[in-house]
Amino acid sequence: MSPTKPKTKTDQLPVEGLSYEQALAELEAIVASLEANKLALDASMALYERGQALTKHCVALLDKAELRVKQLSGDSLVDLAVEGEG
Amino acid sequence: MFFDCFALTYHPNTGILIQMSQLPLFTPHIPASWTVTDLTRYLRELLESDELLQDIWVTGEVSNFSRPASGHVYFTLKDSSASLRCVMWRNAVLRQSFTPRDGDAIEVHGAISVYEAGGQYQLYADVFRQAGEGALYQEFLRLKAMLEAEGLFAQERKRPIPLKPKRIGIVTSPTGAALQDMLNTLRRRYPLVEVILAPTPVQGDEAPLGIITALHDVVMIAHPDVIILARGGGSIEDLWGFNDERVARAIAASPVPVITGVGHETDFTIADFVADLRAPTPTAAAELATPNQADLRLDLSDLSDRLNRLLQSFTSELRWAFQGLQNQLEKNSPLFQIQSNSQRVDELDHRLSATSSHLLQLTRIHLTGLIQHMAALNPMAVLERGYAIVTNQAGETIACVGQVSADEPLNVKVSDGDFDVHVDG
Repeated sequence: MSPTKPKTKTDQLPVEGLSYEQALAELEAIVASLEANKLALDASMALYERGQALTKHCVALLDKAELRVKQLSGDSLVDLAVEGEG
Repeated sequence: MFFDCFALTYHPNTGILIQMSQLPLFTPHIPASWTVTDLTRYLRELLESDELLQDIWVTGEVSNFSRPASGHVYFTLKDSSASLRCVMWRNAVLRQSFTPRDGDAIEVHGAISVYEAGGQYQLYADVFRQAGEGALYQEFLRLKAMLEAEGLFAQERKRPIPLKPKRIGIVTSPTGAALQDMLNTLRRRYPLVEVILAPTPVQGDEAPLGIITALHDVVMIAHPDVIILARGGGSIEDLWGFNDERVARAIAASPVPVITGVGHETDFTIADFVADLRAPTPTAAAELATPNQADLRLDLSDLSDRLNRLLQSFTSELRWAFQGLQNQLEKNSPLFQIQSNSQRVDELDHRLSATSSHLLQLTRIHLTGLIQHMAALNPMAVLERGYAIVTNQAGETIACVGQVSADEPLNVKVSDGDFDVHVDG
């Protein structure tokens, strides 16, 4: 029932705007593509740099992540009430 | 008569009804008699040899409950017409989940024996439980068998848990420690995830309906990737809502995979059997639902290393290719050509010099020879020796007689000049 995002190509989007999932998917695709070793040098260098940028971005997302907690309230979601209250 | 059929009779001394085989041999004045100890021991062995009495649950109301300093517990279990003395030793008492009080209706498990010194039969207890728990447990077994027969617990029905959920729905009490434990675990392991709490009572009469509603609503409103259904530890009655048939069916019908984390490690409820995955505790459920960020960081580090190794390998390829080009370039450059040509010129020149002088020498020798040879062949030298050259008017040299005719004018050349003559006939 969760909405499955269509797999959009993210390689033209700025790295900072990507979600962890998107960045990781692109990063893995880049490594696979470089390991297949069919690209010209310029393209390889560009992919290398983007790959490292994506890695840094994923680590940054983990570093600054804060668990978001919401609660059902009627038909909608609200931020979680402070511990101890009903 | 009646007694004869069963070989019973009245003991002559005591008047008590006994088997005839036990009649003393007829000695009217000295009846055999048991010692108290022997009799008591006899009774004790009699009771201890009865299997039923050695493994028995007894229901009753607690009274005269006492717990002296020794830590042992003494009490009476009674009902309307009988009572039973009970004792539980200290180490068994410490294992119980609660301490009964006077007036409580409880069930006690243990073995019957005799406290010899007091002349008292007793129940030596090892477990208490609340009255009615036995019945609850039977109901649990019945429901479990029924749902299992329907196939609700089948392994094939169980769905895999998503590896990196974006959103987790937690169905639990908003006030229990279980929720806080789970949130702490999630914060530590996988703070990227979003948590949606669907609060519900988790015990009492309101629990089953509350759980079912929460399961339904969290899916409809929040669309999580996985649901955790959890509560902390408690008695079989506390956990009873998770054995409810309607709750089991709601879990089975959930479109989203459900992980249960109910009670302690050893508690198994019907919900646990129906769930896609059972965790032994709420904290363990949160762990099973998520990856650990430590592992994610290792994966990222590994990807970065692979990128770096790839960079090294294609820069060294590049360097090699570049060197090759550079070599080619140098070989084909004009300067290089000029330099090589000039070197070639020098070489040729050197060879030429070496060759020239040699040739010249050879020529000189040859010429000298020729000159000498020619000198020897010089006609003038011949004339000086007395020979003459005779030529006719045509200029032809006369070498033999046949060449002349009578009176032909001829010229004679001698060493210092010439004169004309005529041939005498």
